[in-house]
Amino acid sequence: MVNNYDIIVVGAGHAGCEAAMTAATLGSKVLLITMDMNKIAQMSCNPAMGGIAKGQIIREIDAMGGYCGIVTDESTIQFRMLNRSKGPAMWSPRAQCDRMLFSANWRKYLEKNKNIDFWQGMVVKLLFKNEKIFGVKTDLNITYKAKCVILTNGTFLNGLIHIGKFKQKGGRISEPESRYISEQLLKKGFSVGRMKTGTPVRVDGRSVEFNKLTEQKGENDFFKFSYLPEVRTKLKQLSCYIAHTNLETHNILEKGFEESPLFDGTIQSIGPRYCPSIETKLKTFSGKDKHQLFLEPEGEDTIEFYLNGYSSSLPWEVQLEALRKIEGFENVKIFRPGYAIEYDYFDPTQLNKTLETKKIENLFFAGQINGTTGYEEAGAQGMIAGINAHMKCTNQNAFTIDRDEAYIGVLIDDLITKGVDEPYRMFTSRAEYRILLRQDNADERLTERAHALGLASKRRVDILNNKRKKRDAILHFLKQQSIKPAQINDFLIKRNSAPIKQSLKLIDIIARPHILLKDAINEIPDLKDKIKEIEDDQTEEAISSAEIEIKYSGYIQREKALAEKFKRLNDISIDGKFDYEKILAISTEARQKLKTINPKTIGQANRIPGVSPADINVLLVMLGK
Amino acid sequence: MTNHNTICAISTSPGTGAVAMIRLSGTDAVSITDKIFRPKKKGKTLKTEKANTLHYGSVTDKHNVLVDDVVIALFRAPHSFTGEDIVEITCHGALYIQQRILQLLTENGAQLAKPGEFTQRAFLNGKMDLSQAEAVADLIAASSKAAHSLALNQMKGGITSEIKTLRKKLLDFTSLVELELDFGEEDVEFASRDSLLQLTENTLQLISKLTDSFRYGNAIKNGIPVAIVGDTNVGKSTLLNLLLQEDRAIVSEIAGTTRDSIEDVMVIEGIQFRFIDTAGIRATADTVESIGIKRAYKKIEQAEIVLVMLDASAHFNDTIKFLTHLSGHLSEKFAAIIVNKIDIAAQAVVDELKSLGEATGFPTLLISAGSHLNIDQLNQFLINSAHKFEGSDSDVILTNMRHYEAFMKAGEALERVKSGLQNDISGDFLSQDIRECLHYLGEITGEISTDEVLGNIFKNFCIGK
Repeated sequence: MVNNYDIIVVGAGHAGCEAAMTAATLGSKVLLITMDMNKIAQMSCNPAMGGIAKGQIIREIDAMGGYCGIVTDESTIQFRMLNRSKGPAMWSPRAQCDRMLFSANWRKYLEKNKNIDFWQGMVVKLLFKNEKIFGVKTDLNITYKAKCVILTNGTFLNGLIHIGKFKQKGGRISEPESRYISEQLLKKGFSVGRMKTGTPVRVDGRSVEFNKLTEQKGENDFFKFSYLPEVRTKLKQLSCYIAHTNLETHNILEKGFEESPLFDGTIQSIGPRYCPSIETKLKTFSGKDKHQLFLEPEGEDTIEFYLNGYSSSLPWEVQLEALRKIEGFENVKIFRPGYAIEYDYFDPTQLNKTLETKKIENLFFAGQINGTTGYEEAGAQGMIAGINAHMKCTNQNAFTIDRDEAYIGVLIDDLITKGVDEPYRMFTSRAEYRILLRQDNADERLTERAHALGLASKRRVDILNNKRKKRDAILHFLKQQSIKPAQINDFLIKRNSAPIKQSLKLIDIIARPHILLKDAINEIPDLKDKIKEIEDDQTEEAISSAEIEIKYSGYIQREKALAEKFKRLNDISIDGKFDYEKILAISTEARQKLKTINPKTIGQANRIPGVSPADINVLLVMLGK
Repeated sequence: MTNHNTICAISTSPGTGAVAMIRLSGTDAVSITDKIFRPKKKGKTLKTEKANTLHYGSVTDKHNVLVDDVVIALFRAPHSFTGEDIVEITCHGALYIQQRILQLLTENGAQLAKPGEFTQRAFLNGKMDLSQAEAVADLIAASSKAAHSLALNQMKGGITSEIKTLRKKLLDFTSLVELELDFGEEDVEFASRDSLLQLTENTLQLISKLTDSFRYGNAIKNGIPVAIVGDTNVGKSTLLNLLLQEDRAIVSEIAGTTRDSIEDVMVIEGIQFRFIDTAGIRATADTVESIGIKRAYKKIEQAEIVLVMLDASAHFNDTIKFLTHLSGHLSEKFAAIIVNKIDIAAQAVVDELKSLGEATGFPTLLISAGSHLNIDQLNQFLINSAHKFEGSDSDVILTNMRHYEAFMKAGEALERVKSGLQNDISGDFLSQDIRECLHYLGEITGEISTDEVLGNIFKNFCIGK
C-alpha cells in the first residue's frame, strides 16, 4: 500500500467527498479516510438537499464541476422550486432524497475516480514539522504522508450526544466520536469552541394516518440541480406531509423541560438560531398555539420518515408522548428519538481565503469544523479546500471567489472575515448582490473559471455556450418581431394585462410582469415556430434565461453598478501595509480585530464586525498619503 | 503610521493684515515653539504651562535677534482641533514677519503642512466625521452670517443625525422584508405592506424636504440669486455698479470665489446676494417671444429675487404686454418692479409706470440709479425678500452638492420601492431598492466609505486649515 499522497482528506461527509473528488479530478493523488465506509456522504439530518440560498450553492458547485448536484439529481424522490412567486433571484431548488441511494451514489462516483484511495479508520494524530503538516496517523498506528491535509470532521470532534439526561460520546447516534485532534490543535495555538445542533425523531410510516395530514406533492418541471442535461432522477416521486403541533403537545413537551439538557445548563454551547429545537420554539414563541411540521420520506423503498421541525433533546418518552397528541400521529411508532449533539469547531477567522489555516501551513479545514451547518455549505467549503490544496501541491496561485460571483464567495468571506457565533447557514440576505447570484446563472458565473482550472469539463462549457446561443436567438427574435393588437389582445386581457392599441415588438409584451414567455410561446404561432426551430434539451433553460434578462435587466444593471463601485474598495490592497498597533486613530476593538484577521483589502476590512466605517475612513486617508 | 511629526502653516488669509496667525500641530509643537519663544515672564517655558492658556512674549532667532512680539495660545492633546498638541502664534501681519517665523519653526523641526492637513489630522484622530470635515471647509469659506451658521450646524453633526434616523428606519424595514424572503416557506408573520408603504412615504417626504432645502442652502452658501431684467438701456449696469461699489471691500474678501463671481456678489447686512444675469432684453411687441426673452425667462427660473426694470425716460407702448408676460413667470419669486431714471423722466410717465407696476401685484419702487435716489428702498426690498426666503425652511439644510446628489439617488431608489409596493412587486426587488437607498444615505454620513469621497473632501482645503 502506498503511504504517500498529495492530499489526505479526513472525513467522508459532504465536505470531505467534495474535497476529495475536486482534488482528484484536478489530478492530485488523494487518500480519503473515513471511520465507516458505509456512511459515506451520510445525510445526518434531514433527507433533503437545497432550499432557500442553499439550492443556489448546489447549482454553483455543479456549475464548477462538483458532484453533489449530480448525486442529488440521481437520488431525488421529490423536487420543488421554492419561492417561485418571488423574483428569479429568490427561486431556490430543493430536492427530497433517498438517503441510502444518496450515499451509494456518492460512493459510486468516488470509486470511479482512480486518483482516490480509501481507508477506513480513525485519524488520531496530525503530524507536524515546525509549523507545517506532513501527514496523519490512524488508530492502527499507520502513518500516511501527504503534501496537504484537509480536515472535514463534521460533528465528530469530541462529539457528545444528549437525549434528556442521557449522555453518550459519539459523532452521530451509535457512531464513535473522534478524539485527540482538537487537543493537538489547541496545543498548536488554535482557538477551539463548542457548538450544538440537533435532529428529530425518525418515524415508522406504517403507523402514521396520512389521510389526516396535508399532502404536499412535488413538481414535474424540467428543474433539477445539474447543468448536465442527461442527469435526471429515475426514481418514483413521493409526497411530503404537513402536520401541526397543538396545545396538548406543548403541555407534554413543557413537562419535560426539567429534564432538558438545553435548559438545565448541561448544554452550554450555541445551537442554530434558525433551526431551533421544538422546545426552544415553545420558549421563544410562547404565544403560538401551534407549530408547523413536515413529514419527509427517507427513501423510495422505505417506510422511514423524518419529522422536520420536531428536533429535540428531551427524554425520548416525552418526545413520543407529545408526538402522539398530534393529529395523524395518534398511534405512531418511532425508530429512534431526536437528539442534540455538541462538538468542537475552530473559529474560522483562523483561516485564509483558501481555507488553509493561518497557523499551520498545508492544513485545510472544511465543513462543520468551521462552525457552519448544512450539507451544501459543507460541500462548497470542501470544493474550495480541495481546489486550493491541489493548487498548493502544484505550486499554483490560490483560487478564490468574490462575493459578487457566488454564494460560495459570500460563504468563505463571511467565515474568514466575520467568524461565527452560532452554526452558520446561508441566507439570501447574506449576499449583497443577490440579484446577480441566481440559481439560473451559476453556470454563466462559474463554469468558465472552473474549466480554466481543469475542474469543469469542456463539455460543460459547450453546454453553457449552447444555452447562451439559444437565449440570444430568442432575444433577437423578440426584439425584431412585432405583433398586431388583434393577434394578442385576447391573451393579454385573459392575463389581466392592458390590451395594446397598435403593433408592438414582442419584447415589450414579454417585459410585462404578468406575461410569461412560455405562455406567450403557446399563444403566438411565429414564436412557437422559432422555438421549435432551435429546440433541444436546453431550450427551456434558455427561455427562462431570456425572460429574466427581459424582465429584470434594470435591477441587474443597477446591482452590477453597485458591485463595481465596491470592487474599488476590494481592489485596494492593505496586505502588510499597516502596523495596526500603532494606529491610535482607530478604536481598540478595530485594532484587535484587524490584527487577528489581517484583511487583505480595504473591502474585507470593511466587513469585519467591530471595524466601523470611521475606522475604514482612517485607513483610506492614511493610504492616500 | 500615525503622524508624530509636527506641522505648521500660516492659518490666516494670505496677504497683509493687522495680525496673522501661525499654527503648529503635533507631538513636538510645544517644544519647537519653546526654542524660538522668549516669554515676557523670565524662566517660564510653554512645556510646563497648562492647556488653554495665552502667553505674551517675543520670537527671536538663534542669535537672539527679535523678530516680533507675539501672543501664543496653547492647546493640549486630545482637547484641541486636531486632537494633538497645538500652538497658535499670533504675530503682526507683515508678510516678512509671518515668513520669518515659519522659517524659524521649520529650522527647528516642524514641517510645512499640506492642504487640509490640520483637518485631516482632526479626522484621523476621531475629532470629527466626514460630513463634519466637509463642513469645516464650508465654514472657512463662509462669507455671510447665514452660510456661517449653516456650516456650524453641519459641523456639529446636525445633518448626520437626521440621516442616521432615516437609515435606521429603513434598515428595520429591509430586515423585515429580508426575513420574509429567507423564511418564506415557514409560518412566520411579517409586517404588513401597508405600514411599509406608510414608512416609505414618510421617508420620501423627509428626503424631499432635504433636497428642497438644497435650493435654499445653496443660495445661502453661494449667495441668493438675483436676476435683473429689462430693456438694454434701462440702467441695469448703473444700478448694479452702484450696489456693488458700496460693498466692494466686503466682496473682495470672499475666499475661494473667482474674479467673475466677485463682481457679481455683494453682501448687505450679512446676507449674500449673487446677480446671475444683467443681460438686457429689448422687449418690444414683436420680440416678446424672441430668443432674448426666452433667455431671460431661464435666468428668472434660476433666481429667487427678480428685479424688473423699467425706464421712465423712454416709456414704450408695450409695457403692459411686457409686464403681463413676465409676471406669469414670477409667481414663486420675490419680485419688484423698478421704475428707473425718475429724476429725468416726465412725472406723468412715472405715474403711469407706477400704476402699471402696481397692477402686477408686485411692489413697485421708483428710483434713480444715476442720482442714487431711493436706493435704500431697493436695499430694504432685497433684505426683506431674503428674510422671507430664509424664514421659509427647516432646521437641517443641504448646502453640499455631494449630499444633494446622494439624496436625489436615495430618493429615486425609494420611489421605486413605493411604486413596487403599490404594484405588489416581490420582496427581493423591494429589498434591493431599499439597500440602494441605504447605500446613498450611508455615503453622506460616512457610514459607507468610498475612496473617491475622501479624496475630494481633503483636496478642497487650503493650506493651514
